[in-house]
Amino acid sequence: MAQPVYVGLDMGASRTKVAVIDRHGALLGHAAKKSGIDFAATAEFCLDTSLALAGVNRSDIVDAVATGYGRNNVAFITDKSKTEIGCHAKGCYHHFSEAITIIDIGGQDNKIIKLNAKGQRDSFKMNRKCAAGTGAFLEEMSSRLDIPLDEMNTLASQATEMIKLGSYCTVFSATEVLENIRHGKPVADIIKGIFYSMIQRVLEMDSLTEKVVLSGGVVAHNPYLVEMVEEMIGRPVLIPKFPQLTGAHGAALYALDAATTGGP
Amino acid sequence: MAQEKQPQRKKIEATGQMMKIMSDYFYDLNDAAKSDTRKVAWCTSVGPAELLRAMGFAVHFPENHAAMLGATRMATELIPEANTIGYSPDICSYLTADIGAYLKGVSPLAKAYPGIEGPPRPDVLVYNTNQCRDVQDWFSWYAKELDVPCIGITSPKNFTDVSDILIDDVTQQIEALIPTLEKVAGQKLDMQRLSEIVALSRECTELWRQVLETAAAAPAPLSFFDGTIHMGPAVVLRGTPQAVDYYQQLLSELQQRITDGVGAVDGEQHRIYWEGMPVWGRLRQHSELFSGLHANVLVSTYCSSWIFPDFDANDPIRSMAKAYLGLFIVRSDTYKEKYIKEMLEKFHIDGIIYHDAKTCPCNSNSRYGMPQRLEQETGIPSLVISGDLNDLRCVSDEQTRTNVEAFIEQLEERR
Repeated sequence: MAQPVYVGLDMGASRTKVAVIDRHGALLGHAAKKSGIDFAATAEFCLDTSLALAGVNRSDIVDAVATGYGRNNVAFITDKSKTEIGCHAKGCYHHFSEAITIIDIGGQDNKIIKLNAKGQRDSFKMNRKCAAGTGAFLEEMSSRLDIPLDEMNTLASQATEMIKLGSYCTVFSATEVLENIRHGKPVADIIKGIFYSMIQRVLEMDSLTEKVVLSGGVVAHNPYLVEMVEEMIGRPVLIPKFPQLTGAHGAALYALDAATTGGP
Repeated sequence: MAQEKQPQRKKIEATGQMMKIMSDYFYDLNDAAKSDTRKVAWCTSVGPAELLRAMGFAVHFPENHAAMLGATRMATELIPEANTIGYSPDICSYLTADIGAYLKGVSPLAKAYPGIEGPPRPDVLVYNTNQCRDVQDWFSWYAKELDVPCIGITSPKNFTDVSDILIDDVTQQIEALIPTLEKVAGQKLDMQRLSEIVALSRECTELWRQVLETAAAAPAPLSFFDGTIHMGPAVVLRGTPQAVDYYQQLLSELQQRITDGVGAVDGEQHRIYWEGMPVWGRLRQHSELFSGLHANVLVSTYCSSWIFPDFDANDPIRSMAKAYLGLFIVRSDTYKEKYIKEMLEKFHIDGIIYHDAKTCPCNSNSRYGMPQRLEQETGIPSLVISGDLNDLRCVSDEQTRTNVEAFIEQLEERR
């Protein structure tokens, strides 16, 4: 039976994610797809897919908010937008309503967002104009090694040792990777080193508070990377049920707010 | 964050007068370079311009020219010209843009002022490294290229207090410039004339201070972006009556805005401090980005750097030394943080934006923990944006937009 729903569209540089929630903020439907070159078509596809999953129609949408790099490209769906920093914060706080540090590892950028116990942002940092530590770095390495992205996690988990990469730069790192291959180092050990390098780049962006939440597509698809983060920071991390959707979920929560309070 | 309809940009009426005196200045420079009797000196923007004017030089400021290259978005195409002759893309993009323009034979002056082909040919180059070492390298390149003398002041750096020892040092260095300058100028230094010039510089910078301090009003009648344009006379016409007259006019207009309750940004809700260089090629976009969010970037270290309260007509050379040493950029972080804290209070600031300019480490104060220290001490949140003063290859418009919008969201959450 149809019900009023609220939609969040996260038009990321790499992937588009859509979340459909009910008036309590619960996730009813979702979809994710490579953003590609036609943001509008991808948004339409993800919206229809997630609405179908939720069992509702477009006419049931009470409000929608867009976020991500393409947030201003979907005005035909909604002219309301919030930054991905705000939406990731909102989405993560919905799951973990306490003072948290959010580490979001996205396709093109990373964010470290610190929230107080009320869910207000104390600070945020985005990576500088550099792909180090982002999903783009992983994609580049996957391409150089000719290993599909979805096999990287399994291979990394099979490593017996770790080949540390010394470079900051993606191009220099790729050269190091190739050098290690030439020297006959096990691919699994190299991939673990790639994961380590990514995590290190992210962790050096800012200090962490006690409770750490991980989100983003890289986290969603690489559970071994999460284990490595826990090992490196010396404590367990919190993960939302759908880490890739936290931005879209946060945007949907803003849509819910907008419908009830007139924001955002 | 939804962008609201772009507010109307508010034109400052005095702009017409500023354009006239800047035009007169550039044509005078051009005339001086063509004249058989007048001499041209190139000077760094906080170099001994007063001394040069007192000795009759027409004074050209390459930093002003480089900023024009940035503002006209010519710089990014020209920087590679300098890169190819060994000047790295990682060093000052004023230097690389300006030398690139020379190598390519282009100048924004030629577009703006018919009859002017480019910067005037110098008879002498005079630097002060109080800003950075790059100015010395920059001028040295031209000295060799044009076969003209290059002299200057090697400034102390990173000190907290402007002590007598430092003032003695720079005073002696200024005095040591005089024989060479007299030789090039073909005339002796007239100390009375120098006193008059220093008095005019003092008056100019005092008025410029008052102009900038109008932004303490709420709503602020001017923005940082206005300031970057209207500081032109304070940079290139310091020590002239034209600059004094201009700032009296501008001050009067801004005071009227305060009386009328007119702000530079409609519905000003957030008051922002800008630390670092402007992104010259993005002045308009940044101005509109902030005003669209009802945020006014209303005060900056950069524009305030041309306030020199130490100029004293009764002790011209020593007071010049003191003024050039008083410059923010040459001081320690201890001094800088104290200065910024006072500014935050005076201008009722809600947030600070640090521009980390890729090619300008001396003007990028976010690299040694200052944002974290100031945030901890004042509770005022800050944001660091990556960019550059002139090299737009180092600028990501989307990252800037996202960061700024997220920062304003953060400020709104705190209201």
